[in-house]
Amino acid sequence: MNQQSNRLTSSDTENSKTLGSGEKEIVTIDLGGVVKVSVRDGRILRVRPLVFGPEDESSKSWNIQVGNFKFAPQRQVSIAHFAQASRKKVYAENRILYPMKREDFDPNGTDRKTERRGKSGYVRISWDEALNIITGEIRRIRSKYGEAAIAATGSSHMAWGLLNYRFSAFNRFFKLLGHTEVFHNADSWEGWNWGAEHAYGFHWRLGIPDQYDLLEDALKNAEMIVYWSADPETTLCTYGGQESAMYRQWLRKLGKKQVVIDPFCNFTGVIYADKWLAPRPGTDAALALAIAYIWIKEGTYDKEYVKTHTFGFEAWADYVIGTDDRLPKTPEWASEIAGVPARTIRAFAREWATKRTMLAAGNRGGQGGASRTAYAHEWTRMMVFLAAMQGYGKPGVNIWSTNAGVPMNEEFSFPGYTLGGMNMSGVAKNAPVNPVKQKILRLLLPDAFLTSGPLNWRGEGLNGRSAEQQFKPYTYPLPTPDGALLKMLYRCGASYIATMPDGNKWVRMYQSPNMEFAVCQTPWFEGEANFADVLLPVCTSYERDDIGEFYNIGGYSIDSYVGVNHRVIVYQQKCIEPLGESKGDYEIFEMLAERLGLGEAYTEGNTVEDWLRKIYAVSDMPKIMTWEEFKKKGYYIVPFPENHTVRRAMASFYESGKGLATPTGKIEFQSKNLEEFDRDDKERPPLPHYIRSWEDHTSELAKNYPLQLITVHPRYSFHTQYDAKSVWLSEIPHQRVLKDGYYWWPMQVNPKDARERGIENGDIIKAFNDRGAVLCIAEVTERIRPGVVRSQESSSTYDPLEPGVPGSIDRGGCVNLLTSSRMMSKNASGFAPGSCLVELVKWEGQRKIK
Amino acid sequence: MTRPGMVINIDACIGCYNCVLACKDEHVGNDWLPYSVSQPDTGHFWMNLKEKENVLPQVIKVTYTPIPCMQCKDAPCVKAAKWGAAYTREDGIVVFDPEKAKGQRQIVDACPYGVVYWNEMKDIPEARGLAQKCTFCAHLLDRGYKQPRCAESCPTNAIIFGDLEDSGSDVSRLIRSGATETMLPDLGIDTAVRYISLYKPIIGGSVVFGDTGECGTGVNLAIMDDAGQKTNIATNNYGDFLLKGVSIGKKYTIRISHPKYSPKKIALKIEGDANLGEIVLQKK
Repeated sequence: MNQQSNRLTSSDTENSKTLGSGEKEIVTIDLGGVVKVSVRDGRILRVRPLVFGPEDESSKSWNIQVGNFKFAPQRQVSIAHFAQASRKKVYAENRILYPMKREDFDPNGTDRKTERRGKSGYVRISWDEALNIITGEIRRIRSKYGEAAIAATGSSHMAWGLLNYRFSAFNRFFKLLGHTEVFHNADSWEGWNWGAEHAYGFHWRLGIPDQYDLLEDALKNAEMIVYWSADPETTLCTYGGQESAMYRQWLRKLGKKQVVIDPFCNFTGVIYADKWLAPRPGTDAALALAIAYIWIKEGTYDKEYVKTHTFGFEAWADYVIGTDDRLPKTPEWASEIAGVPARTIRAFAREWATKRTMLAAGNRGGQGGASRTAYAHEWTRMMVFLAAMQGYGKPGVNIWSTNAGVPMNEEFSFPGYTLGGMNMSGVAKNAPVNPVKQKILRLLLPDAFLTSGPLNWRGEGLNGRSAEQQFKPYTYPLPTPDGALLKMLYRCGASYIATMPDGNKWVRMYQSPNMEFAVCQTPWFEGEANFADVLLPVCTSYERDDIGEFYNIGGYSIDSYVGVNHRVIVYQQKCIEPLGESKGDYEIFEMLAERLGLGEAYTEGNTVEDWLRKIYAVSDMPKIMTWEEFKKKGYYIVPFPENHTVRRAMASFYESGKGLATPTGKIEFQSKNLEEFDRDDKERPPLPHYIRSWEDHTSELAKNYPLQLITVHPRYSFHTQYDAKSVWLSEIPHQRVLKDGYYWWPMQVNPKDARERGIENGDIIKAFNDRGAVLCIAEVTERIRPGVVRSQESSSTYDPLEPGVPGSIDRGGCVNLLTSSRMMSKNASGFAPGSCLVELVKWEGQRKIK
Repeated sequence: MTRPGMVINIDACIGCYNCVLACKDEHVGNDWLPYSVSQPDTGHFWMNLKEKENVLPQVIKVTYTPIPCMQCKDAPCVKAAKWGAAYTREDGIVVFDPEKAKGQRQIVDACPYGVVYWNEMKDIPEARGLAQKCTFCAHLLDRGYKQPRCAESCPTNAIIFGDLEDSGSDVSRLIRSGATETMLPDLGIDTAVRYISLYKPIIGGSVVFGDTGECGTGVNLAIMDDAGQKTNIATNNYGDFLLKGVSIGKKYTIRISHPKYSPKKIALKIEGDANLGEIVLQKK
C-alpha cells in the first residue's frame, strides 16, 4: 500500500478555487459523520459532509453486483441531520463559557445547602478557583471518608476523539486518583445482553450478533426484511450518519418485501413497510411464540437445521404447543395479549416460512425498544430462535438490521475509542489501574446516595468478558477499606435525568445532604448541570485537536465501521479556538492531575500533539504516510482491498453447526448457562417464556394510568446531544414544536385516546403517573396504536415548573421522569423503561414562558 | 450557456431534513453578498419539507416533499418586483437584490409556490422587511461548487442537480424520459425544478373472509374510473390491497369478488387518500 502515499496531493490546492476569501476548510468527526468545516475569522461558516475529491481517487469504494444492478456507495460521507445542524450546537446559547459556582455553595462551610441544588443560580469563577475548590474537596473527602467515597461517571456518546473521549482522559485521571467506578449498563439493547447471548453466544458483543457482509447477502439472497422493534432511519446504526439510507432504497428496488413490527409506525416503516404489525409494548414475546406455534404446527421450520444446529428445541416446542402448560401459544392467544389480529399473525408466520428473511431486530442486529421492557431477555432469545427455525446463517437468512455489514477492509488496524486512547499499550508507558474495589451500577447510583445500602445487583453492566460475568453478585457499600458510602459525584455530561429511568430519583439524589460535593463538566447548561456545585466548561470537538476514525468503537463493538461505507481516519484539527474559557476534557483533567500531584503520571511528559502522534503510531497509518503528511492532508480513506475476504456472519456456523460461544456451541433453546446458574429463576427460566409485564394494560395500575408509554431513541437528535441546542432541529415537527413561545417536546397519541380525553393535535398535555409528570405537545396520529403513547427518551432540557422540587411537573420533555427503574428481572440487572403506564390530561395551567 | 436545474425524486426522499438543515447552515448568520443576506434563525425554509401522512389499514405512509424555489422562467416574482429587485441571471437562477428587495412584500405574494419568505428584519425597522428565498446557492456555484448544499447533503440522491442545457446531464436525461413533472403544471411555467413521483392519492383497504375471520387473500378488485378506465388488482396474503396514483375529483367504482364469496361494490369520489378500511366478505 506504500505506493499510494506518493499519489497523495494536497487538498489545499485541489479545493482552493472553491474557497471564499479568507476561508479555510478543516476536516473533523462529528457524532453524525465526517464533516468538512469552513472557517473564516475564527468562526465556523458552514459544516458540510466530507465529499471525496480527486485526491481520494486511490481509495476505491466497494460495489455489489446483483443481476443487472451495480450498487455502490456515494463518494462522500452521508452525515446525520443533527451533524448537519452542528454549527448551532457549537454556538448554542446555553454553552457554559466559564467555570461557575453555585451561588450559595460555600466549600468552606459545613452546610452545603444541598437542597438548593437545582434552584440556585451560578456565579462565574476563575479556572484557578474552580480547580482549587475541586481539588480541595477531593482531598477533604478522601481523607475523611476514603477514596471510595468519590464516584465519577461520564455520559455515553461524548464528543468524538480518541484522546478526549472518556475511555481516555476521564478514565486515566480517575484511575490514577482512585474512585468508585460506575458500571454503565447496556441501555440501548438491555435484553440482548441479558437474554440473547444465552441463546447464541456473542457475549463479546454484549449479546449483539455479527453483521459482517450481510448487505451483499441481503441484496442477493433475502426476499423479506422484518423490522422488529427496529427503525434504522432513526437509530442510524448509532454513529453511522445516514450511510445506510441507500441500502434500504436498494432493497426496495430489488422488490424485497418489508414488514415493520412496532407499536409506532416508525420512520423506516412509513417509507418502506408493506405491512405494519403493531403489538402492545412488552408483548413481542407472545407474538414470537405464536409465529413459532404456526411453524411447528404446520411443519414449516427448518427441521434439519434445528436438529443439527440447536439444543433443547423439543422442550421449548412443548411449551409453545402447550404440552407442558396446557396453553397452546396460538395466534388467538397472542392476539389477545398483543392486540394484533390472529389472522395477521397467521398470514405473517406463513409468509416468513416461505421467504428467506432478514430479521432486523433492533439497531445493529440486536437492540430496539422491545429489548428495554420487563423480562425482555425472553423476547431477545426468541428472536434468535425464530431466526434459527428458518436456518440462521443460510444465505438470505440472518439477523441483520439493514444498516451495517458492508464489504469492508477489516485488516487495516486503527483503534476504536473504547480501547482507551492515551491508555492503550504502546501509547502510554503505564496504564493505571483503579485501586478502589467498590463499584456501583449506574442504575443504582441515586440509591447509593439516598440510602446507606446495602444495594445488590449482578454483573458489571456491560458484561463482555464471558457469559457468566453477568451472574457475579455485587454489593454496595463494601466494608472499609475497600468501600465507603458515596459523598461526592463527578459528572462528565448532564444527560441522566433525561436518559435514565425514574428521573426524579436523580433529582432527589442531587439534593441529598449525603452528596457533599457535585461537579459537572459539560459543554451546555442543560439537564442535570444545574444541580452541580461547580460547573466546568468543556469545549466541543470542533474546538480542540484530536484523532479518530469514523464510527470506530472497538472493544465490544469490534469492527463497528462495517456500519459505514468507507473507513475514514481523521486528524481532528481544532477548527476554532474554544469559546469563552472552555477547554477539552483532556486538558481539564491535566490541570486537575497537576494540582493533585498526579501530573507526571497523567501526561508522562506528553503534550497533546505527542499523545496524538503516539496513538497514530500504534495504528497501521504510519505504513501509509507520516504523521506530518497526515496532519497536512487531514484524513485518510482506507481503500477497499482488491482481495476482500467475505466472512458472512453466521455462515461458518451454518456450514458446521458448531462453534458458537454457548456451552453446547449451538443455538440453545434451553440455556445451559441459565440452567446451571439458577434453574428455578421463574423470571428468566432456562427455556424462555412469555411473562406478562408487571406494568402493562392488564395491571391493577392501569385503572389509574391506562396508557402504555414507550420512550424511544430520537429521530432528529442523538440522545440529549444536539437537542435544544440547535433551533433548526427544534423546528423539525417531530423533534420539538413551537407554541406560545416555547419549544415543546412532542408525544404521539392515537386519535381514539386523544378523543376520549378531549385532546387535540397541538394541545399541551400533561403525561403523569405516581413517579412524575411531564408536559408535552400532543401529536395526534394513527401512527401510534391505541392504548399506547410514544415520546423520545432524550430531551436535553429538564425544566421543572418548580425548580429543585423532586416530582415537579417538567415542561422540558424528560419523559424518563415517568418510567420505572425496576430491574428487568430478578437476576437481570438491566433496565426496563419500556414497561410504563401513564395517563394524559389536557394541560390548562401555566404554559407561557416567563 | 448553462441552466442549473434540479430533479427531486419524491420516491427516494426519506424525510431526514438534511436538505432543510444544510440550507440553514449555509444561509443563517451568513451574508453572501450580492446574492443574499442572512436567513433569519427561525421561520424561513428556503428549502422546505412538507409531510403528508397517508393512513391505510395495512400501513401508514408518509410522503415528504422538498420544496425549494422553482427558479421559474418568466418568474412571477420578477414581474412583481419593482426596480429590478428580483432578476433572472443569465443561467436562469432567480436572485433577489438584498438592498432593492427591502419593503417589497408583493414579491412574497406573487409566488404561486409559497417559497418566498418575508424577513421582518426587526433589528433594522427602517428596512421595512425583506423578501428572501433560495438562490440555488448561486454564490457557491459561481465559485465552482458542483451542487447546492441541499443536494450535497441528501443521503439518498433524492435531489439531483445538474445542467438542463447539457443533454448528457442526469437532470436532462430524467426530464427527457418523461418521468418528471412540475409542481403546479396548470400554471404552465417552465421551472428549473422538476419532480418525480409527486404525491397522488391512494386507495387502500383490507379484505377479511366473514366465515373464517381469515385474511381475504386472492380477492379480485375491479376498479373502474369515471372515464371507463379499468384496473384489476388482487389482495395480497394479508388481504390488503393498494392502488396508487388515483386522481383527485375522479369517481371510482370498485367491484370486490372471489369465487366463494358474495361480491361487494363500492363507489367513491376521490377527495384525498381513500382508506376503505376492513371489508368483510360473506360466504356465498
